[in-house]
Amino acid sequence: MSDTPAPRPQVPVELILLRQVASYLAMPIFLIGADGDLLFFNEPAESLLGLRFDDVGELSMDEWLAAFRPAREDGAVLASQAVPLVVALREQRPTHQRLTITGLDGVQRVIEATSFPLRGQGDRLLGAIALFWPVP
Amino acid sequence: MKVTLWGTRGSLASAGPETIRYGGNTACVEVRADDGSILILDAGSGIRRLGESIGTPDGPIHVLLTHLHLDHIQGLGFFGPLFRGAVEVHLWGPPSTTADLRTRLGRYLSPPLFPVRLRDLGARLVLHDAPAIATAIGPFVVRADLVIHPGPTVGYRIAEGQHRTLAYLPDHEPALGVPKFPNSARWTSGIDLARDADILIHDAQYSAAEYPSRSGWGHSSTGHVVAFAELASVGQLVTFHHDPNHDDTALDLLHEMAGGTTNVPIQPGREGLSVSV
Repeated sequence: MSDTPAPRPQVPVELILLRQVASYLAMPIFLIGADGDLLFFNEPAESLLGLRFDDVGELSMDEWLAAFRPAREDGAVLASQAVPLVVALREQRPTHQRLTITGLDGVQRVIEATSFPLRGQGDRLLGAIALFWPVP
Repeated sequence: MKVTLWGTRGSLASAGPETIRYGGNTACVEVRADDGSILILDAGSGIRRLGESIGTPDGPIHVLLTHLHLDHIQGLGFFGPLFRGAVEVHLWGPPSTTADLRTRLGRYLSPPLFPVRLRDLGARLVLHDAPAIATAIGPFVVRADLVIHPGPTVGYRIAEGQHRTLAYLPDHEPALGVPKFPNSARWTSGIDLARDADILIHDAQYSAAEYPSRSGWGHSSTGHVVAFAELASVGQLVTFHHDPNHDDTALDLLHEMAGGTTNVPIQPGREGLSVSV
């Protein structure tokens, strides 16, 4: 029996293309897969999240929720099921919400997040995407 | 299994003395199982001669279409078995959110583009969405997945038995938008179809010099396909979907250059080439 781990499965082609588009856009974008795991955030999102994507890589939903500590604007903790991306994924509907996140640099920032689910050919649930709008 | 190329040209048939060695017919590949069962990959102009060689088969014929661009379906109306009443032909193609396969094929196989309608063909015709999960088709196990190419387009992974696998991605641009190709395997279109395949038949339409001005048209340079084949750890690469403007001399040169950059064995895709897996 081989000790070599099986390669991780390929990401659906629609999400590969979305990552490429996100890489070229100047607006912060955060992409999760159908299981809620963080797949990618782009360079503009890095400045809000306080770290480079290449330094952290893909994270489980529990890990990214714990890392970025989304909260209400008044500072009250936001239950995971109320986080816009989680709502978009689990309830399959778009959301828009003002909230705070704490970057890995320790800075708390107020943002608005627009999230919506992603469905592919054959009605496959692919994941969800969030666009972040920094609040001055 | 035995794989035979009946059409290797991309985009437009290009018969002439300058393309006589690589061939001028558009995409069509025959896959024969050990028991004689037949799969046909795409229905470009090469399918006409293949149809003549098949005659009236004993069992059903399965035609797997990667997408509905004309160079992949233009031979359907000249595929002899479709006009024979005793034949059962299964057509498989990429799903669409807007219209079923019969409707979309009917746009070509109907007046004014073609004199005979799909419903008027003599053969018993059965249409299917390309299988997103591994599906038995006769002695083969076939799986399709979307790949990067304009419009819904799939590639196929075809296995016979435990250890013989063919990957067919004739129209594919995995390098689209990637600043430095290849990216990681997990983020590369088509990699799960091609991984560890014995033979990979893959789009190699452009030279490195041509690619930048054709980015987004859905095809690969020879350098990209070599990098993709290495990333997928395939046993052998067969180049395919040659540009109609590349004559035999140009293709010889492209393959000579590509072969010098990799340890993956490269077989230039020529009309009439047969490879046993």
